Amino acid sequence: MSEAQKTGPQSEPATSVSPAKAETKKDPHAAAKQQKVVTPEYMFLEAPRTKEFITGSEAAKEAIRRSNVDLAIAYPITPQSETMQLVGVLYGEGYVKEYYRGEEEVGVMAAIAGGSRAGVRCYTATAGPGTLRGLEGIASWPGHRLPVVAMFTCRVVNAPLAIQPDNIEVSYLLNCGMIVFHAENQQDMYDFTLAGFVISEKNDVTLPVGVCCDGFFVTHARGYVRMQDRDMKLPPREPWRGAVPVLDAENPPARLSRDAPVQKSNFMAYNIHAVWQQEVWAAVERSRKYINQYMGGLLTAENVEDAEAIIIASGSAAAQSREAVRICAEKGIKIGLIKVRSLRPFPTQELRKLCGKAKLIVVPEFNYVGWLAKEVATAIYGFSNAKIIGGPRVYGGQSMPVELIVDEVESGLTGKKSTNVAMSQVMGASAADHEAMGHFMRSI
Amino acid sequence: MATRFNIRMAGVGGQGVVTGSHILSTAVIHAGGESTIVPFYGSEKRMAPVESYVRVSDEPIYEIGEITFPHIIIIFHPQVITHGKSYTMPFYFGLKENGIALINNDGPMKLHRDQARELEERHAKLYYFPATKLSLEVAGMDLATNMALMGCIGAITGLTSVEALEQSVKDRFLGKGFVVSGGTAALDSVVERKFKKKQELIEKNVAVIRAGWNYAVDHGWAAPSVKRSEATESVTA
Repeated sequence: MSEAQKTGPQSEPATSVSPAKAETKKDPHAAAKQQKVVTPEYMFLEAPRTKEFITGSEAAKEAIRRSNVDLAIAYPITPQSETMQLVGVLYGEGYVKEYYRGEEEVGVMAAIAGGSRAGVRCYTATAGPGTLRGLEGIASWPGHRLPVVAMFTCRVVNAPLAIQPDNIEVSYLLNCGMIVFHAENQQDMYDFTLAGFVISEKNDVTLPVGVCCDGFFVTHARGYVRMQDRDMKLPPREPWRGAVPVLDAENPPARLSRDAPVQKSNFMAYNIHAVWQQEVWAAVERSRKYINQYMGGLLTAENVEDAEAIIIASGSAAAQSREAVRICAEKGIKIGLIKVRSLRPFPTQELRKLCGKAKLIVVPEFNYVGWLAKEVATAIYGFSNAKIIGGPRVYGGQSMPVELIVDEVESGLTGKKSTNVAMSQVMGASAADHEAMGHFMRSI
Repeated sequence: MATRFNIRMAGVGGQGVVTGSHILSTAVIHAGGESTIVPFYGSEKRMAPVESYVRVSDEPIYEIGEITFPHIIIIFHPQVITHGKSYTMPFYFGLKENGIALINNDGPMKLHRDQARELEERHAKLYYFPATKLSLEVAGMDLATNMALMGCIGAITGLTSVEALEQSVKDRFLGKGFVVSGGTAALDSVVERKFKKKQELIEKNVAVIRAGWNYAVDHGWAAPSVKRSEATESVTA
């Protein structure tokens, strides 16, 4: 535009206006605008990847960069990970359309519900006490059939205050009706988050996905992550594909309740709520085929065919178990490893097939209660005669020495009494002796 | 079978325990191996306990977290033992059977008889190594104590070389991407002022590393394949 063409509000020639600056300011959103939409199939299965050495929080950020996220809401408090801060950087670069800090977790989870109901793709991350504070909202997401991806970077939740990793909070999420993945490392953080959006938005799923990891060990530490090029992203959420209609705020009255009769205290309410719950859990079941398709299965199994002992683990316990497997193999023990990726849905059929011949199953965990051991024992009951050792367990932020797992494998196979696992936590057919029962009776 | 060492380093603030572990870790990776580190300390201050856990191997490492049962422990300062300046008490807690304790001291220390007995029971190899003395002799300052220890442990594990250690010292002091805390940055500038040029700083550090390496070889501590390292012509940045 030349100087002569400039005019003031009354069409008078403008004389005091500085000359137009050349367009030198770089558009901070330039790279984001260049991103091309690719199919999930291409993204997960075909696109070439390059390896980088990054933290778990950075891996989550890179997944969000490629996830075409509309709305991310952060609540920064200790304990947290850097993830939501890094997602804020993505907002600045234009990869995420909306981003703000919520007032606290109750508000964040409610706002995420609002965003998802309005039909946009939503993401948040929390940890430890924040997960439990937000749990009322989180537990309502599946019932409202809201596709969301939330990351839980597990920390200690009990008093006294601590901010160390301990995955007890996963046990609170397992019965919400949401899909729950457990990431072993930075690579899983990246892959599970990306796949989570696609799975959660499938018509016959329409459920939130929780991506859990053992905080600090994964979020604050670096690992190798193989990633697709950053110039591609997932297709946007198409809310009309969902199992339930989205909130139509432009045609009042907007109905906030999914189905008014559910809230009435009459005979109908019971049946409708019961049917609704059945449908939520049926949707969890239906997600299996997509987990198989996009993530390559609900579990991974290594060397289990001829194994006399199998270690079953999820999250960071799986990383520790890989080393235990190496040490046991060096000692000549036939040992396999099963890593459970998806806790909801749980790989029940897969475990029944894989554990049929094993003599010993060891389930190491980073929590006191042993939620995975209970899941495993329930799943394979009647399908395996293996002795199941629910341990070793560390909690409150302890690291798990690999040597503890090796000890359980060795003592489990030789029948020696374990020094680290209470006998009440030893399960399975061959463990049902009077001594164990006596110990159990004493310990309750 | 994988060659694998889990190393627990214990020292006091200001000695470069974390810096040393970074240099060893990077050097093992430069030499084609694998390594991870987990530093562990409270508030950053001089003479406060610091631990760093370093895993080195010739195969991938999956394990995470602190090291409870190390193959090797390195004691950077005698006060770790005499004053209990350590997160791990006694200093040899969890040391594996036939494990190595590399201790920075001018000659053998008089340990409490219970500690001496327990170390003997687990067949621990006690290597007393005068790292600070060596640093003073070779570099004219005690701040290269960590370099002497890293040279020594490099030869003991046999998973790196003096050249790779030199490369990681350069990465550390010349690299752009290395992020350090305020306290460490302040110490870096002290070290840099001592030496007129970074060039000299690197040469001195590498000389101390080499001295530590050769000390291990000369005392029969080094891995079987490890040879003495002789200085080539002047080091270039």
